Amino acid sequence: MNKILLIIKREYLSRVRNRTFIVTTLLTPLLFAVLIGGNIFFSMQGRSKHKIAVVDENGFFKGNLKSTDELAFEFPGDVDTTNYLDRGYTDILLIPKFDGDKKTDYIIRSKKSIGFALQESIERKVNAAIEDQKLQDNGITRAQLDSIHKQSQFAELKTQQQGENGVKESSEGLATAIGYGCGILIYITMLIYGMMVMRGIMEEKTTRIAEVVISSVKPFQLMAGKIIGIGAVGITQFLLWIVLIFILITAGQAFISGETLEQVQLLQQNGGAMPGGGAMQASEAAQKMYNIQHTMGTANWPLIIGCFIFYFIGGYLFYAALFAAVGSVMEDIQASQSLTLPITLPIIFSFFIMTSAIQSPDSPLAVWASIIPFSSPIVMMARIAFGVPGTVPYWQLGASIVALIGGFMFTTWLAGKIYRTGILLYGKKVSWKEMMKWAFRRH
Amino acid sequence: MRKILELQNLKKYYATQKAVDDISFSIDEGSIFGLLGPNGAGKTTLLRMITGIFFPDSGSIRFDGKAFDPLNDIIKIGYMPEERGLYKKMKIGEQALYLAQLKGLSRSDAMEKVRFWFKRLEMESWWNKKVEDLSKGMSQKLQFVTTVLHEPKLIILDEPFSGLDPVNANLIKDEIYGLAQRGSTVIFSTHRMEQVEEICDHIVLVNMGKKILDGTVGDVKQQFKENKFRVNLKELPASVNGPSFELVEQKANTLIVRIKDGYRSNDVLQHFLQQDITIEGFNEILPSLNDIFIRQVEGTRSTARAFQPAI
Repeated sequence: MNKILLIIKREYLSRVRNRTFIVTTLLTPLLFAVLIGGNIFFSMQGRSKHKIAVVDENGFFKGNLKSTDELAFEFPGDVDTTNYLDRGYTDILLIPKFDGDKKTDYIIRSKKSIGFALQESIERKVNAAIEDQKLQDNGITRAQLDSIHKQSQFAELKTQQQGENGVKESSEGLATAIGYGCGILIYITMLIYGMMVMRGIMEEKTTRIAEVVISSVKPFQLMAGKIIGIGAVGITQFLLWIVLIFILITAGQAFISGETLEQVQLLQQNGGAMPGGGAMQASEAAQKMYNIQHTMGTANWPLIIGCFIFYFIGGYLFYAALFAAVGSVMEDIQASQSLTLPITLPIIFSFFIMTSAIQSPDSPLAVWASIIPFSSPIVMMARIAFGVPGTVPYWQLGASIVALIGGFMFTTWLAGKIYRTGILLYGKKVSWKEMMKWAFRRH
Repeated sequence: MRKILELQNLKKYYATQKAVDDISFSIDEGSIFGLLGPNGAGKTTLLRMITGIFFPDSGSIRFDGKAFDPLNDIIKIGYMPEERGLYKKMKIGEQALYLAQLKGLSRSDAMEKVRFWFKRLEMESWWNKKVEDLSKGMSQKLQFVTTVLHEPKLIILDEPFSGLDPVNANLIKDEIYGLAQRGSTVIFSTHRMEQVEEICDHIVLVNMGKKILDGTVGDVKQQFKENKFRVNLKELPASVNGPSFELVEQKANTLIVRIKDGYRSNDVLQHFLQQDITIEGFNEILPSLNDIFIRQVEGTRSTARAFQPAI
């Protein structure tokens, strides 16, 4: 036992002290922060302004087309398609006379292409202006119209779940996010750290250190030490990421919140009216923030975190053992495709099953895939977010846990048998069929 | 003489091949023992059984007077495999400490031993270097140190000199003698015969899984001697041929002769003395181990492993 600890310690320390580990651990959250921050920054700063000359044959768009920060609609009388660029406009919007029920196309022409989002935005604005005009044509006053808009903005759909002990607010959006998040994390862990185990074992084999070590410890101890050591590296990395992300978020909030709060205050002072685009965005952001905080509270966090840790470790152990078995028969990473495919395929399939399980967490495919240990670590996490025992009955969760424990014990046993033979075998290409023969032969 | 290791009818069969086929021998404590054989003869399988990596299919191993118990006896064995293995990215000092601790030494004991050996072989400045920074000969030295530093009773060295320059080879050779003098037994597996002749007390030759020779170096040579003698004469006599011997080779005044059955070396001397020829030198030519090895192994070179898997 003492020797396993020694091996775990070596595997762990040699990786954690490695420069690559430190760099990737620090840089990954920073990279995400830069990506997200950059995205926000550029969407705020870098949007190109469009100054659009509107040629309106109907005569009612002036005053009804609302300009925003990035879209400025102007109605100069003497501009046409030949001279709008010379006159300092970036685009020209040609709106022909609308004629009753007939389909009418309106055209925007510009030198630079217009982004998809901007196209939608323009279309929405124009169509809203038409709708407003038609309503006003039919006798609805401006004041009535504003009131209608306000009401429709304040209406929001809330979902509730009928549970055993009464009605609970549920949030499909949050469940989807948690499901995806956990599923992707476990998917990445199993692949990255599983591969790390495989490469580590292959290196020990090809550098022949395995033979030296095996003359001191049992092959199984060496394999188990490697799997546990690398697993501990994975957990360390995740913990560090969580801490770093927490720090970054706190720092980010301190940086953003001042501005946002100001805008929210401004919004409140104006009695809910929306004077400009900026405040509009701020109110949406504030609303969203509130919603997120509110719905976060509806999730069963202790259960989700508990299950995440279990499936994270269980899934890792299940697949790391299989990767270890393959690593022990490999001498060349390039020639390993045919051996690793049977392991990576179920992981990739699980990922696809998870995306479908998020759409319909009760489908037979989702239920079975969340019990079978090959896919349960990824798929079950996606389902658990939708509620236990609502979506996932206790028996399914229990069966899944038992199957995964049994599963990783089986794969570890299997890998131990294969490893023992494979690690000392050189100069021979081994197939899965032969590996199975080693595993199930009697001694 | 006390035996450190006794092998009785050891067998290890693979699916398609008899890697070790009924081999028995024993090794005296404190001796330097040579395990010889061509590539694929079964040496490595045999050594892996002695180091507890493999279990024999049948037969028994007695270690230090008791039935071999791999789990506990492994600490008393040091094994340096033919293909050297070290962690490339690990610092040398830590690596030596780690391997010593795996052998069962406590951290402080391990530290003491590592420092002792590093000082002895002038490796102290390597402590914080990595194996990938070492030359082949240097990593060989390190490998040797990690094999012997827990002072095992039985040290198994598979081709310990390959890749070493003469200076370092001599250094290691002296250490091997020293270890044997302090009571360790050394098994020395190789196919470099000149080293065996120089170092080993006792040899066993295996080929195709079977033992084909067993004895001290002197005994084996006696066993394979061909009664050849070298005679240096001052001048050539009228008749070089005599009734007691046949001439094998003649180079100027030096003759190589084979004594016929029923005659003794004195009969050869008599022949030349009778002709009043001055004899300047007369000595027996014993076959080198190399010759014996080649003679014993020749014709069976295409050993099974080249074509069949060694599971």
